Amino acid sequence: MEAKRVVVYLNQFFGQIGGEDKADTPPQSVAKAVGPGVGLQANLPENCTIVGTIICGDGYFNENLEEASTAVRQMLEEFAPHVVVAGPAFNAGRYGMACGMVGKIAHELGIPAVSGMYPENPGVEAYRQYLYIIETGNSAAAMRSALPAMGKLAGKLANGEPIGPPAEEGYLSRGIRKNVFADKRGSERAIDLLLQKLKGEPFTTEYPIPHFDRVEPAAAISDLSQVTVAVVTSGGIVPKGNPDRIEASSASRYGKYSIAGLDTLTAEGFETAHGGYDPVYANQNPNRVVPVDALRELEKEGKIGRLFPYFYTTVGNGTSVANARKYAAEIAAELVNEGVQAVILTST
Amino acid sequence: MVKEIERKGIAVVHVCTVTPISLTVGANRIVPAVAIPHPLGNPKLNPQEEFTLRKKLVEKALQALTTPVSEQHVFES
Repeated sequence: MEAKRVVVYLNQFFGQIGGEDKADTPPQSVAKAVGPGVGLQANLPENCTIVGTIICGDGYFNENLEEASTAVRQMLEEFAPHVVVAGPAFNAGRYGMACGMVGKIAHELGIPAVSGMYPENPGVEAYRQYLYIIETGNSAAAMRSALPAMGKLAGKLANGEPIGPPAEEGYLSRGIRKNVFADKRGSERAIDLLLQKLKGEPFTTEYPIPHFDRVEPAAAISDLSQVTVAVVTSGGIVPKGNPDRIEASSASRYGKYSIAGLDTLTAEGFETAHGGYDPVYANQNPNRVVPVDALRELEKEGKIGRLFPYFYTTVGNGTSVANARKYAAEIAAELVNEGVQAVILTST
Repeated sequence: MVKEIERKGIAVVHVCTVTPISLTVGANRIVPAVAIPHPLGNPKLNPQEEFTLRKKLVEKALQALTTPVSEQHVFES
């Protein structure tokens, strides 16, 4: 078979540049397989070779979307691959968004792309129409099962082989419908499904109803000087020492901490427990995530009625959607009881 | 989290750097922040300048809360 070229996209961590302190690294490339790319190569068909790896910091990519995209596009044009493999990103949100964008750029260049993500990664919802996203576990522990599926699909795409439906190939649904011939006509299939359902047997729908969970915007506040404003954050700001031991990732709880009488959050009193971004800046000045100093001044100026005397916090780092929803529902119920009408929610 | 708070009828503004994620999860009032590790600050500025920047961002967030929206809106600077 004709030799095919594969290019891999990785973040700074998997690209072996460094941890969160290197998340601001701009795109760079090397003409070989790096990190997970080495394992991927072993899972590619023999005629497919990884000819290059593009590495970019997750922070840089998301904060400089245009510059990063332009650089990645240029690198892809130079490598001219037959397929692009991005990640896997598991449940890392910024990495997933970057991998998805790389898939979109490849799509625009007419190159097919594959990534691997946990279904709750925001990159899935944002970019699934542009690339094939293999369903993975939520952490790098799932690397071993992700690479064979990604390698197999990438090989097929590079060689122009037909791609089967999501359940067969292991990728997440792209919302694309293909016409196929069935043995039975629609009415018969519908009755079969209905009978299976009535009998309590397992069945697979032919068309899952898309679930759009949208909330109507709340009415605008007419006079903030009469309103209590609360701060909620997913940025993991906690009292120094993290008394409730909120986890650095996949947080199993949230905290509620008093700011009564405080004009500012000091570095001596507060820090971040978040393990998904470089903590240096938040630890130096926690107001950079929970802006108590600015809100206190606005309270004194009468711009807001009152700053709620507690802030709520959790770590939004690989935290499941179900848990985030549960924490926020509890927090919101409490805020309603306390008469809070406005919330500033900060995320890192 | 934004959605669950809004679901209870509380006006909420999401201050974050990666606005595409915020749009994906369904926030309605979104104010773009400075950077992922310091959304409401900039370590390159001197403390007074940085405080001014933060206060402006918070005021912008408050302004978003007083602005009627009928669908998702990113309050660009």
